[in-house]
Amino acid sequence: MAAGAKLDPGKVRGEFPLLAGKRGKGRLVYLDSAATTQKPERVIAAEARFYRESNANVHRGLYDLAGRATEAYEGCRRRVAAFLGADPRGVVITRNATAALNLAALGSARLLGRGDEILVTVMEHHANLVPWIQVAKRTGAALKHIPLDRMGRLDLEALPGLLGPRTRIAALSAASNVLGTIPPLAEIARRAREAGALVVVDAAQAAGRLPLSFEKTGADLLAFSAHKCYGPMGLGFLVGKPEVLERLEPLETGGEMIEAVHMDRASWAEVPRRFEAGTPNVAAAAAFPPALDLLEEIGLDRVRRHEMELTEYALERLSSLEGLEILGPANPEERVGLVSFHDPLVHPHDLATFLDGEGVAVRAGHHCAQPLHRILGIPSSLRASFGIYTVKEDVDALVEGIGKARRYFQG
Amino acid sequence: MNLDDLYRDVVMDHYKNPRGREPLERVDIHAEGANPSCGDEVGLDLQVEEGRILKVGVRGRGCAVSTASGSILAEMVEGLTLEEAGRVARRMKGALKGEVRPGEIDMGDLEALTGVRKFPVRIKCALLPWVTLLEALLEKEKET
Repeated sequence: MAAGAKLDPGKVRGEFPLLAGKRGKGRLVYLDSAATTQKPERVIAAEARFYRESNANVHRGLYDLAGRATEAYEGCRRRVAAFLGADPRGVVITRNATAALNLAALGSARLLGRGDEILVTVMEHHANLVPWIQVAKRTGAALKHIPLDRMGRLDLEALPGLLGPRTRIAALSAASNVLGTIPPLAEIARRAREAGALVVVDAAQAAGRLPLSFEKTGADLLAFSAHKCYGPMGLGFLVGKPEVLERLEPLETGGEMIEAVHMDRASWAEVPRRFEAGTPNVAAAAAFPPALDLLEEIGLDRVRRHEMELTEYALERLSSLEGLEILGPANPEERVGLVSFHDPLVHPHDLATFLDGEGVAVRAGHHCAQPLHRILGIPSSLRASFGIYTVKEDVDALVEGIGKARRYFQG
Repeated sequence: MNLDDLYRDVVMDHYKNPRGREPLERVDIHAEGANPSCGDEVGLDLQVEEGRILKVGVRGRGCAVSTASGSILAEMVEGLTLEEAGRVARRMKGALKGEVRPGEIDMGDLEALTGVRKFPVRIKCALLPWVTLLEALLEKEKET
């Protein structure tokens, strides 16, 4: 793509078979990329190709085929490391981002004791909240929460009162899956680190949407999943500094993760393999690098600009619907490519079912963020989220659909 | 898929003018239900005399489907004994889940809600008030 040229979503769509097909009255308006992105042909083909040409288990067979499977798997680790500018020894391959965050949280139980504190935010996805609730319960540590300001941004003025000598861990999202809010991650990480805390970042909504450098985030550990970055399902990563990963306890034990096993004791393999017990999803690992290739061919700066333009457009169009409550910051620069809202006139479930009838796929519910919805004072919301294939006409279809739904349910 | 299968006139009427919305003077049995997938909450109040439901109060506002279902519930179980109400609720649950064919029982207005079975993700919405009623009756049984 020529330098400076914009991302052309119409052209990108051609790579996505599911978006090319017709559905119902017309084309599929897919506005749920924050739940999972659609998959480009090259990813689908790579997963199938693995099974056709390279299928064997990893790290065991001495034959050529097993070598190829291992290379595909380890190649994914190196590719992810390169994508984030991280050390491949610090890339743990997991089932998904949730498994990665569970490893970060439960694996650090040994670092926590009674009276220690874990700092999270009120806008976390359950995946970056419930594991910390569990580890707090187990260790006697206490949870503290960074609140929101009126604009749906993290309230940094509360930070001095929340960070203290007992803060051991600060865990937060690089982008909220409901509000879209992008917090000043590097600054919060710096202040948490000054207080002596480890910094854990849930980058599930940031990876594949923003240029992301492991070092610049200030994270000690960072989790994300492949399936929200145009890659396959069943694959996630915990990217960490190797010396920090050394301090975590493996959660799952068994094959693949050991160094030596005796009848009554075992020792662990080196990091990161000690966290990868059992047969991993090698086919998914083989299929993820092509997704990262696609993102880098386009350029993450362009992806970011594209999502920001769509967000700005969506905020503007949705504002034209009277009474609609739009969640999160008003400035598109402070948010990733998603917009959640609450329509006091039509319940989110009715609205989502109605929109589905119009060929528009959006997410309705609490989006795995019940505490946040409680704070916002609404039971649930509707979310439209964008990807590299989203066009402005998709946003138009959403806005027109809401108008029609209002007439259907209110008329 | 036709939306009008789900939102039939009867359903829309119950949604727009839900019955059982007046607060009760006296509440003998109360239960709260929630649908964790959407965050909807429903509160059911029953005024009972000598084992018979005199009045039903439904609180909380959900989607059209759960609101209509709650409204139909209020209409259907008023005047029934607790035992009869339990039987009706279990049948309704079966019918909404597709375990009982609607023709096999007299479902009244609830028949209109069986369209929900074509929208599997919405079955929980229709079930919420009935499941809450069953819980209320179970609590009452435990007490006695």
